[in-house]
This record gives sequence, structure tokens and C-alpha cells, in this order.
Amino acid sequence: MDQLPLGLQERVSFTLRALYSRYGYTQYKMNKFEEYDLYARNKDFLVSDSVITFTDTNGKLMALKPDVTLSIVKNSRDLPQSVQKLYYHENVYRASRGTRSFQEIMQIGLECLGEIDDYCVCEVLTLAAESLLAISPHCVLELSHLGLLSQAIDRVGVPAREKAALLKCVGEKNAHELTALCRRCGVDESGIAVLRSLVEISGQPQQVLPRLKQLLAGVADISPLEQLSRVTGAMAPNLQALLRFDFSVVGDVNYYNGIVFKGFIHTLPGSVLSGGQYDNLMEKLGRRSGAVGFAVYTDLLERLEPAAGAYDVDAVLLYDAGADLTVLRTCVEEMTGRGMHVLAQRQVPENIRFRQLLRLCGSEVIPVEHNA
Amino acid sequence: MLNIALPKGRLGETVYAMFERAGFACPAIHDNNRKLVFENPELGVRYFWVKPSDVAIYVERGAADIGVAGKDILLEYAPEVYELLDLGVGRCRMAVAAKAGFCDDPRRTLRVATKFANIAADYYRALGRDIDIIHLNGSIELAPILDLSDVIVDIVETGTTLRENNLTVLDTVVPISARLIANKAACKFKAGRINTLVEQVAAQTEE
Repeated sequence: MDQLPLGLQERVSFTLRALYSRYGYTQYKMNKFEEYDLYARNKDFLVSDSVITFTDTNGKLMALKPDVTLSIVKNSRDLPQSVQKLYYHENVYRASRGTRSFQEIMQIGLECLGEIDDYCVCEVLTLAAESLLAISPHCVLELSHLGLLSQAIDRVGVPAREKAALLKCVGEKNAHELTALCRRCGVDESGIAVLRSLVEISGQPQQVLPRLKQLLAGVADISPLEQLSRVTGAMAPNLQALLRFDFSVVGDVNYYNGIVFKGFIHTLPGSVLSGGQYDNLMEKLGRRSGAVGFAVYTDLLERLEPAAGAYDVDAVLLYDAGADLTVLRTCVEEMTGRGMHVLAQRQVPENIRFRQLLRLCGSEVIPVEHNA
Repeated sequence: MLNIALPKGRLGETVYAMFERAGFACPAIHDNNRKLVFENPELGVRYFWVKPSDVAIYVERGAADIGVAGKDILLEYAPEVYELLDLGVGRCRMAVAAKAGFCDDPRRTLRVATKFANIAADYYRALGRDIDIIHLNGSIELAPILDLSDVIVDIVETGTTLRENNLTVLDTVVPISARLIANKAACKFKAGRINTLVEQVAAQTEE
């Protein structure tokens, strides 16, 4: 049996921390608990609005952190003409949709806070793409621009009260209900055609963005598309190949305002990476600057781990109560020194898979059973 | 291989016929046996029959790339999937019904019997009405007859069962039909095949 390899989650975690650190991001360590009020005021920003709470000794209602970004933003300061670059590696506590019980989830991510320019966005997208590549070469980073989508929805005349429902349709690529909703709201057919095209258009940015510019000219301010062209065009060619532009990547417009993105790995059913530019959240929390960042959900990666090997140990070494301790220890050390995984026991434990069963008799090791 | 989850029963058979006409046939599906999975390796499709309410779970969790589920299931469980097409079959409606002559008393909490607790809760939340949900798994129509509930929220097709039990529809919550859904990640890695299937099946719905 070889040296036990690092699990994929551990390997990815080391790789990503080293990657972010190489780009000058410093580690942000957060407290285990945060005042519940912070999450209560920004529930829509959270993936799940269930939070584990308890009353602290001073009577304050506290929460086990369900999210890292909110805490980073809350503890950040506005630094004019400067950008703070942080990464984190933290456990968060969220309710699982399936079991309706809380789970501890390991989350790795980074945040870039301050005067966000094109380079910051390009760097964050680059690191998001590199993060996916660290997990698997079969990956896709899908991006959209929420500010642009929101503006297009407003301009075609969808009333504000229906905006969330319409964004949901876009997120589901649900063109039939989008059409029905727009008709109920009195949006004209040309406006509906524009929104349906936004749902349907999907592909590599360099192919899709020129089509979008034509489509949205006169409907929305297309400067975000020009920014997207600049930012994605400046990425390394191997990373550009991973990008897909698709408006179905949506988020809450109360928090996100610019580029939003999600990362997918082949054979995993959902996204493993999620991020975007969230200047609106910064403003909500009283900051004047902008921010962009993402999180990688490493708990999902266990599905990518190879199946366990055929054996738990190479050998089970049985010994009697009267066995000579020094002889037993020497035997075990001799085998482990040869790279074997050895389990010394008085009896064979239940449910253990071993290659060989050995017995120590006096100073001799006798084979009892061998599994091919 | 494209994995397709179809709902067991009449709706699934209707939908399979649409897929077959769209060029995604799997003749083995007509064999009279107890197999659960049917493949056509030449066309690269694999079908499996699942309980209608489970289709969305198979698709959301990636066991199926695409599937067909009723809008009622999608609204109730809100799975993280793409809803790509309204197939226009299995049409019915989610409705509120009560005993004929029922008059809502706003001073009392309204007792609502349903299999669709989330849909019912959303509907009454929008109306600002205080309700008590009684979750039942079947024979929902019995609840108001035995005074277990004031109203029911359930699927109504022809309305015959309601009429025969002296129940009447008070309001339509939402129209229901079968929808073609897809796993989000599968749409990134099998985009070409899924798009082709959607286009060809869409052509069947327009005929």
C-alpha cells in the first residue's frame, strides 16, 4: 500500500491558499460568532436564511457564521484609492435543503475591496478560473453582468414589483414564463424579443459579446459589455477557453451590481464556485467603495474523490496477551518501515478489509490468511 | 449518453411519444418487462421511469441530465434546475376548492388541507390571509367534507371529483402543465446535445 494520498479537498485547499497568497491576498481570520443582527438585516444575501443562534453572556443574540463575505465587509474600512485583498478558509454553518438540518461547510474564497478597477475584476476572474482548474481540467466558468440585465429589464418596461419574478425566469432559462409574465405586464413584443434573446444567448464571451452589443444597442447602456470584452480579453488564453457568457447566472440585484459568475466541474451536479461584484451590498453596509470576490464550496468535492481502495490495511497482526512487547513493537516497526499499513490487534476487528492476516507466535510472524 | 428521467404513468408515455417523434426513440422501452433503464446506444439516449414527484430530484442531483416534471412539483420543491420548455401536455390547474356555499370568515384562521404546502403558503401569503396548513398525502377532497379543513389546495383536471363530492372551485392558484427541465451543470458540458433535443422536442409541441 502506498503512502496515503492527500484527499482532494485537502489538496485543493492547500493549492488555493498558495495561489491566492501568490497574488498578494492575505488570510482573513474571522471570529466563530458574529452578532445575529448582521445576518438578519441581510438575509437575502445568504444562501440559506436559517442561522444557528444563541444568547451570549452579555445578552446579545449571536450567530454561528453562515457566511464570510458579510463579516469581511462589516469589518472593512474605506481606504481611498486602495484595494484590500483578502482570502479566507473558514467553516460556515448552513441548513441543508435536503435534510433540513444544519451542516458545517468548509468554504475557501477571496474578496477584493476598495477602488475596483478592470484589473481587479480581471484578476478575480483569473483566480476563479485557476481555482476551478486546481479541482479539475473539465470545468466551465460561466459569467453574466447583473447590472446590464437589470437595466435591460427596466428599460423594456417591466414594473419593479415583477423584477424578481422575471430574474427568476432568466435564471431558469424559462423563456415561456418570461414571455407570459411580460405580456401580463404590458411589455411590447419587441421588448419581449430582446429579453427572450438574453435568455437564449450563451457561449464564449468573444463570440457572444458582439451579438449582445447589437441586440442591446438602444435598449441599455452597453459600456458593461465593453468592460467585459476588455476584462475577459486580457485573461490568459487557456483561461479564456473556460469562460461562457450566460445571463442565467443571476443574483439579488439589491446586493450585486456588476459581473456575476459561477463555476462548474464536469460530473458535479451543481456549481462549486460562486461570486461577483457586490457594490450594492457595500453601500447597504455604509461603505463608499466597491467589492468583488468569490467562494469555492469544497464540501462538494468529496463526490470527485476516487473510491476507497480494496483494503483498509495491508496486514492485521494478531498477538496474544503474553506476547513479548519488544518483539511485537519490532515486528510492527519492521513492517511499517517497509511502507506497509499494519494494524496490531488481539482479535480481528469486524468489517476490516486486510490483505494479509498474520499471527505473532513467540518471536515469529506466521501467515494465517492472504487475500489476493 | 444523455440521461432522461420520465414520470411513470400516462403523462410519461405521452411525453415519450413526443421524444420518439422528435428523433430520440428507444424501442426497448416498449418491451414488456420490469427493467427500469432503457438505452439506445446508437442515439446516445438512456431513459428511466421514476415517480413523477422524484423527477426533479434526479435532475437537480445530476442522475438525469434532463427530465419532465409537472409545474406543481417545480413550484412546490423549487429545485435548482433550468426549465427549458412548456410541453403543453398534462394540462390542469392548481386550485382552491371548498364545500359548495362556503363563505370565508376573515376573523378565523383558514384551515387549508393540501399536498402542496409551499404553493398554498405562497398563495395565501400574497393575500395576507392567516392560514393553518394541514398536510395530507392523498384524498384531499375528503378534508372539507369531514370538516378537517375549510378549503383544499389541489390539482384539478376535469373537476368531476369535486362536483361529485359537492365541492366547488373558489380560485385558480396557477395553471399546470408538464415542463422539460435540465440539470444546470449538464447544460454546460452537454450543451450541444441538450439544445438539439430541446429544439426538436419544441417542434413537436408546436405541431
